[in-house]
Amino acid sequence: MAPETQNAIIRVRDISVQFGRTKVLDGLNLDVKRGEILGFVGPSGAGKSVLTRTIIGLVPKVSGRIEVFGVDLDAADAAQRRGVERRWGILFQQGALFSSLTVSQNIQFPVREYLNVSQRLLDEITVAKLGMVGLRPEVADRFPSELSGGMIKRVALARALALDPELVFLDEPTSGLDPIGAGDFDELVRTLQRTLGLTVFMVTHDLDSLYTACDRIAVLGNGKIIAAGSMADMQASQHPWLRAYFHGKRARAVMG
Amino acid sequence: MNGDPTLERIAQGNGLALCAAGPWIARFAPLLERIVADAEKLTGSRPNIFIDVSQVSKLDTLGAWLIERLRRSLTQGGVEAKIAGLSANYSSLVDEVRRVKAAPAVAAPSVTITGMLDQVGRNMVGFGTTIVGLIDMLGAVLAASGRVLIHPRGFRLTSTVHHLEQVCWRAVPIIALITFLIGCIISQQGIFHFRQFGADIFVVDMLGVLVLREIGVLLVAIMVAGRSGSAYTAELGSMKMREEIDALRTMGFDPIEVLILPRMLALIIALPILAFLGAMAALVGGGLVAWGYGGVDPEAFMLRLRDAISIDHFTVGMIKAPVMAAVIGIVACVEGLAVEGSAESLGQHTTSSVVQGIFFVIVMDGVFAIFFASIGM
Repeated sequence: MAPETQNAIIRVRDISVQFGRTKVLDGLNLDVKRGEILGFVGPSGAGKSVLTRTIIGLVPKVSGRIEVFGVDLDAADAAQRRGVERRWGILFQQGALFSSLTVSQNIQFPVREYLNVSQRLLDEITVAKLGMVGLRPEVADRFPSELSGGMIKRVALARALALDPELVFLDEPTSGLDPIGAGDFDELVRTLQRTLGLTVFMVTHDLDSLYTACDRIAVLGNGKIIAAGSMADMQASQHPWLRAYFHGKRARAVMG
Repeated sequence: MNGDPTLERIAQGNGLALCAAGPWIARFAPLLERIVADAEKLTGSRPNIFIDVSQVSKLDTLGAWLIERLRRSLTQGGVEAKIAGLSANYSSLVDEVRRVKAAPAVAAPSVTITGMLDQVGRNMVGFGTTIVGLIDMLGAVLAASGRVLIHPRGFRLTSTVHHLEQVCWRAVPIIALITFLIGCIISQQGIFHFRQFGADIFVVDMLGVLVLREIGVLLVAIMVAGRSGSAYTAELGSMKMREEIDALRTMGFDPIEVLILPRMLALIIALPILAFLGAMAALVGGGLVAWGYGGVDPEAFMLRLRDAISIDHFTVGMIKAPVMAAVIGIVACVEGLAVEGSAESLGQHTTSSVVQGIFFVIVMDGVFAIFFASIGM
């Protein structure tokens, strides 16, 4: 594992994505290092979710090369791809829970698929994961339509973490949560990163999250990464959008 | 390091050390579960047991939980069990799983006579509720049409025309094709059997009465229930799932007026048109087969048709069409609004919309048959 430690867990080289005639991503390069929490920001509609979905493989790209865990996803065969998919977890913006399965079935679904373990252990893992994301075991038998927005986010995170992945993609994890819940969420992501050595790719607009949880921040604009670095780098940047973002009224309120 | 996870037993005086080593991670879950289940049987053998985890190379929540579970079951068995050698990195993970309460055991529901009777009763009540729901929707639609008649500005013409295109215009090719083929088949079968008595020409009577009175409208109604009834249910159901209908209501719009009335109206206009086109296509199909296969030339066919068919047969078919359209529309809308949060529920209600729609269409057809027979049409 040691030689991989310093390596990039995600390596995106020169990718372009186009919808019809609109270029959304235009020759974008990005590295995500093992064990870091990368916060990904940019104006609404800049293509943050598109980049996430391109890396995961849900959006076809026009050109470029994506490597995850050192595997080139275009060249990978089905077995290699499955191997990669087993090692990542994804939290979708709307949760994307399976609406006809209960909370516990949702969490157990990937585990049941990949690991041959007893129902007792499955149930125990479910309770453990629910506890980790701050939910009581009673919600396990509820259906997604009976949950609040924040609870859906938490259950979706529990499902993303079900297989103890090495890499998680979080698409706006704290939007729709109350500030206390969002704070707990950041804390949780931090704890998981420390204990499990998790790498986190987080699309967010939450300045608190960027400030407290993220090791590094990347900014998307005009289909490219316009800046990447620590919070201090971001605040020092002279780019007009970055200045507006990190020195705006809301930012000043967060940073005091 | 790279091998499988292990749990070695080492005696220490009157105690026992369980040395966990290797990667205790989810990938080895089946093996880990067996190891831990074996170790759990050690309760009572020694007064105190150390669980030494210092040799564990990798740990995740699953491994941490299994170690915690081992400690718990040993403690419950009256053994003093401790976890030792925990690195600072992993201690917060173990703390995290320590807070987990054991999963409550759920009793599986058992099948009993009472349970079955209970289910039968529930189904009966459910059937009653469905009927009440249909009548309720009929009333609501009538009330909404009344309101629209008084205030014609509330009428959604664009929406109605849009739905008319969907359920009528776009349905023409498939409906014409299918009824044409059915006409061919009826005619061929009729000629084949009537020929044995030399009564070939009577196939025209059979075709005319059957197509204009029954098959034309019934077949078209069943196809419309499958094609448009299901679409209505799915549209309204997914709008309900995404709270779009609630949004309409809060903006002061009546969902019946905005969504359901245009759909119902489109269907009520479309079905007679489609039934007429369908009947014509079936007659053409039947006529062509009678000509090619039975040797009844078009002139003879038309002459015979004029004798065999009175305007009553045609009227009966056309009167039934809008009523069947209303039944299909009401069933589809009730089912659409009954959809709950899940994709499964959407599927169930769409299925039940089509099944109920076809069922009620056939029931209505039977009721009409009795009615027209008794008034002598």
